[in-house]
Amino acid sequence: MATATTSTAATTAGPPVRKPAGVASRITGALSRTSLQIILAVIAIAWMVPVFGLLIASLRTASDNSASGWWNAITHWHQLTFSSYSKLLQNDTIQHSIANTFFITIPTTVLVVFIAAMAGYAFAWVRFPGRDVIFLVVVCLLVVPLQMALIPVARLFDAVNLFGKIPGVVLFHVAFGLPFAIFLLRNFFAGIPGELMEAARLDGASELTIFFRVVLPLGLPAIASLAIFQFLWVWNDLLVALVFAGPESAPLTVAIQQQTRQFGSNIDVIAPGAFLTMIVPLIVFFGFQRYFVQGLLAGSTK
Amino acid sequence: MLLLGALVLYPIFFTIWRSLFDAAGSGFVGIDNYKSMFTRPDTLRAIQNNAIWLVFAPTLATIFGLFFAVLTERISWSRAFKAAVFFPMAVSMLASGVVWRLVYDQEPELGLGNALVQGVVHVFRPPGDYAGARPSQPDQLAPGGGAYTTRQAVPPGQSVDLGLIAIPPAELPKEPQRAQAPPAGGDPTSLRGTVWLDFTRGGGGKRGEIDPTEMGLPDVKVEALAGDKVVATDTTNGSGAFELKDLSQGSSYRVRLADSNFRPPYGGFYWLGPTLVTPAIIFVFLWIWAGFAMVVIAAGLSALPREVLEAARVDGASEWQVFRRVTVPLLMPVIIVVLVTLAINVLKIFDLVLVIPPGSSQSSANVLALEMWRVSFGGGLNQGLGSAVAVFLFALVLPAMIFNFRRFRAEQR
Repeated sequence: MATATTSTAATTAGPPVRKPAGVASRITGALSRTSLQIILAVIAIAWMVPVFGLLIASLRTASDNSASGWWNAITHWHQLTFSSYSKLLQNDTIQHSIANTFFITIPTTVLVVFIAAMAGYAFAWVRFPGRDVIFLVVVCLLVVPLQMALIPVARLFDAVNLFGKIPGVVLFHVAFGLPFAIFLLRNFFAGIPGELMEAARLDGASELTIFFRVVLPLGLPAIASLAIFQFLWVWNDLLVALVFAGPESAPLTVAIQQQTRQFGSNIDVIAPGAFLTMIVPLIVFFGFQRYFVQGLLAGSTK
Repeated sequence: MLLLGALVLYPIFFTIWRSLFDAAGSGFVGIDNYKSMFTRPDTLRAIQNNAIWLVFAPTLATIFGLFFAVLTERISWSRAFKAAVFFPMAVSMLASGVVWRLVYDQEPELGLGNALVQGVVHVFRPPGDYAGARPSQPDQLAPGGGAYTTRQAVPPGQSVDLGLIAIPPAELPKEPQRAQAPPAGGDPTSLRGTVWLDFTRGGGGKRGEIDPTEMGLPDVKVEALAGDKVVATDTTNGSGAFELKDLSQGSSYRVRLADSNFRPPYGGFYWLGPTLVTPAIIFVFLWIWAGFAMVVIAAGLSALPREVLEAARVDGASEWQVFRRVTVPLLMPVIIVVLVTLAINVLKIFDLVLVIPPGSSQSSANVLALEMWRVSFGGGLNQGLGSAVAVFLFALVLPAMIFNFRRFRAEQR
């Protein structure tokens, strides 16, 4: 229906005369600005309500949660309490896992950013044999499912006594974070005008000086995006930690996952725990949304 | 580079090699692991589910994202809208899984999803006031189709008193009135009677008789039947009395308490049951990734030449035509990148499927990435089969890898 009228409407000249078009266009036509605003507002709220529900559920006791839905607390404010949180935070395993999350996430982020910045610079501006081929390999590695590496690396780590330890988890994350990181930074660094580097070379600057004085300052936005991405990726990881972390090195995600098998009866651990894992990413997201989006756009392949 | 070689490149070849060996890793079995991958019910189910995921999840997320991106161009608070739809991207799939596990709780009292479904259904099919009630004298009233009908037909002019029991206190009227038997005599063309709770609190009272403290049941829908046809209806008043009018003298009628009185509240969907669990998890994926599609497409949109869109509008094309004929074709390269990215992510989906389904429907929701973990680490301990599953996943991602490779080469020229 719509297609039949389209061609005529498109070819007939004479601006203000609107042809009655197909059903679809009449629907969009009827969508006035106000109704569009209302629809989008409803969608936006609907998108946030589930998380709000988790927040409220985490602030109610287990018995309240098993008796009625979280929305009942909206009319019964007295149900809200921090008791689940304080109980959770006094739990040794949880305390330990929160520390582990930081011990895994921060070194990984620093290492990935550092190595990728150097490699990105090398791939962009240093001539060495096989450079382009190696970089193409890196591009291909971007999409390799990490399932491909779980079994061999587990054996490797077992052999060198890294299995079940934090350094092992960090190493694995670094290895699988690097292709994306190098890809992102190389592309950004390649966009830096070459004259700047030539001028520095003429002034007698070494490659290292150029890297620290020219490339790093100019590449700061890309590095910020990368750091945020890498941080969130590792913070939110479950699979890698599930395989490579032992009971002593498990991060918060693993600790919560282990509670989900008895979902209903452990809700007073799961709900506040899940909300705890969300807080840091949410702060990072709302604080650095611009860099987050940039990183996403620059490397939307991962 | 050494790290990449040791932890990424070398494992690829090792895993391919390992997939040709048995569970212990000592016996060479050739392609047996691949054979069993396509015959074991668990892995087969995972392959099927991955196919469902691959068909629906990327396309739906892209369509959502495309519409959001285009529609937000016309509102002034598009930044706030984008943040609201986009933020799930920042949160772990584990936490998202927990969030939605709460939404999908089967009890409408507990899960938001079924609470909404129940609310909507109840607007059109309200639950009865007396769900679960039974007649106090089963030989007087016969069950059938959710309703209760008198076994015997009654001529007009007479009265019928119908006792009910097993009504939970919560369903009782707030201001109960004493039940009263209708006075004798009256209009010879109408059938009168009382519906009452045939139960005396604290014991005592007689079955089938309206005892002094027993109360009438208001708002019960009562029908008179001639054969199977409803010829008169009435609703009981505060003291449970009804009057079915305008019946013909000489014939007799059966009296029915309509099924709508006893209809139980709508129970909602079994979201996480075997049939709905995969669509339910795909919906969570959409909740997370529609924001990604929206942001990438919106960036593509802002790079479009505005003159082309304006020219089409000036030529009299409607908004929908501009969208279909101009915007979407121009955005096609971006849309394809989004689709490929989402497809890669869909193949690797793991956390959501591990967290959302309860134990009973875990196997119905199974996907390859989860099965790979389960077989090799989570109790299965068959790393030969696990390797084969990983290689299969890798093979599925290869087209995307080639796509990226080509795109990158093209950009370099």
